[in-house]
Amino acid sequence: MFCEECNEKKATIHMTKIIQGKKEEIHLCEDCAKVKDTANFENSFSIHNFLAGLLDVNTDHQFSTQYSETYQCPQCNTTYDRFRQKGRLGCNQCYESFKERLGPLVRKIHGNIRHTGKAPKRTGGIIRLKREVHQLKQQLIEAVHQQAFEKAAELRDQINELENRIEEM
Amino acid sequence: MAGWLKETGPQSDIVISSRVRIARNIEGIPFPHGLSEALAKEVTEKVHKGILAGNTSFNEDFQLISMRETDEVDRLNYVEKHLISPDLAKNIATGNMLVNQEETISIMINEEDHIRIQCLLPGLQLQEGWDIADKIDDLLEEKVTYAFDEELGYLTACPTNLGTGIRSSVMLHLPALSLTGFIQAVLRAAGQIGLAVRGIYGEGTEFIGNLYQISNQVTLGITEKEIIGNLHDVTMQIVEKERGARKNLVDAKKIELEDRVFRSFGILKNARKIAANEAMQLISDVKLGVNLGLIQEAPLEKVNSLITMIQPGYLQKYYERPLNIAERDIKRAELIRSIL
Repeated sequence: MFCEECNEKKATIHMTKIIQGKKEEIHLCEDCAKVKDTANFENSFSIHNFLAGLLDVNTDHQFSTQYSETYQCPQCNTTYDRFRQKGRLGCNQCYESFKERLGPLVRKIHGNIRHTGKAPKRTGGIIRLKREVHQLKQQLIEAVHQQAFEKAAELRDQINELENRIEEM
Repeated sequence: MAGWLKETGPQSDIVISSRVRIARNIEGIPFPHGLSEALAKEVTEKVHKGILAGNTSFNEDFQLISMRETDEVDRLNYVEKHLISPDLAKNIATGNMLVNQEETISIMINEEDHIRIQCLLPGLQLQEGWDIADKIDDLLEEKVTYAFDEELGYLTACPTNLGTGIRSSVMLHLPALSLTGFIQAVLRAAGQIGLAVRGIYGEGTEFIGNLYQISNQVTLGITEKEIIGNLHDVTMQIVEKERGARKNLVDAKKIELEDRVFRSFGILKNARKIAANEAMQLISDVKLGVNLGLIQEAPLEKVNSLITMIQPGYLQKYYERPLNIAERDIKRAELIRSIL
């Protein structure tokens, strides 16, 4: 049997297409099948497997974390491998669990990694305070390190006050 | 029938509708694609209660529609009216929708994300659409704790929606730019500034009936206001270009244009069977004729509504029975004749 496209080479690839119950058989040679395959490219192309593809490109980070394929998000048990296959994360905690590898991907998609838009009204306040506490704690470690104990005490009081406020919210 | 089909809005000679949708997830619950039915039910209840508790008038206005209790024709019809996405329609087990009576606001539950608030208005009304979606978002947030990260913003199942979680889009009718071929340059330019262009029934659909859907791509590191503003400005530029192209057509090729418009009108008013794609092309010509004042007897709202009425889901709902392709072509022609 000859290839239906070029009528020159021997047909080695046989496909059966069923569209809305109508069956169609196609016989092609290897070269023509390749051409057809690229034409079908669009169909097999989804945003999710495209994202997964982006992840496989190695980042040039010297210290990038290597996740073993079985590393799981503690909240939803999604593995990093699973995300690579599906292009979708399992839960909100996944963003934290796979942070090292997601950062470069997010930058590739958005050209940016910092949200500047709306924040939730009710819970957004806590987030701002928590962020402040985090910064103060960093300063506290630094102050202790430099043996600036007066400053450290001041910082500790500030942290306590903020943490109490968070508790009350 | 959905608000965007019944009425016309600002710039309605070119902009058919504006849509703003925001994606939200509930903290601590896995995203929908890996969710058990029990948890999915919990998500639905939380959102439903949250909306009803937020505003007492919503009690009467909003209706909860479960995909499981909806038959295939109705689901298809919701997709055609753009109230839900094809993905939600396929999620029979856990997909739900809250929709208001006017069909301008729909909240998809358990689509790719737990919550997708969508506002769909006629004409160019992106800012208005955002204002409504924003308010509903605030109401819901009083009762539901969202998955939010101070750096990454609202967390979504797919990283392409991270940050604001907002996707805004406009549906444009661009027959003159298409006819003159300038459309390619417009589409290229839109792509270069980070906007995506698609056919009206979403990814992978062709530009049937000279209808184009343009939307923002980037959702992180830019504010909602900027996203909405950018799309509005670009849309206005395209609107001006299309108006210019229409004027050029009228000036240079009036008789050819009139001939095309009235031939199409004639076919639509007389055909006994017609396929959807052919009808879409003819409706596009007639719509242009109405916009240019060539056709007086058919109001724009009527012609716009035809775009959805000729789709398979609507036809089967209208005639209250399943129709195969050949039957649909006959009923479609019948329906068009009765409308025009």
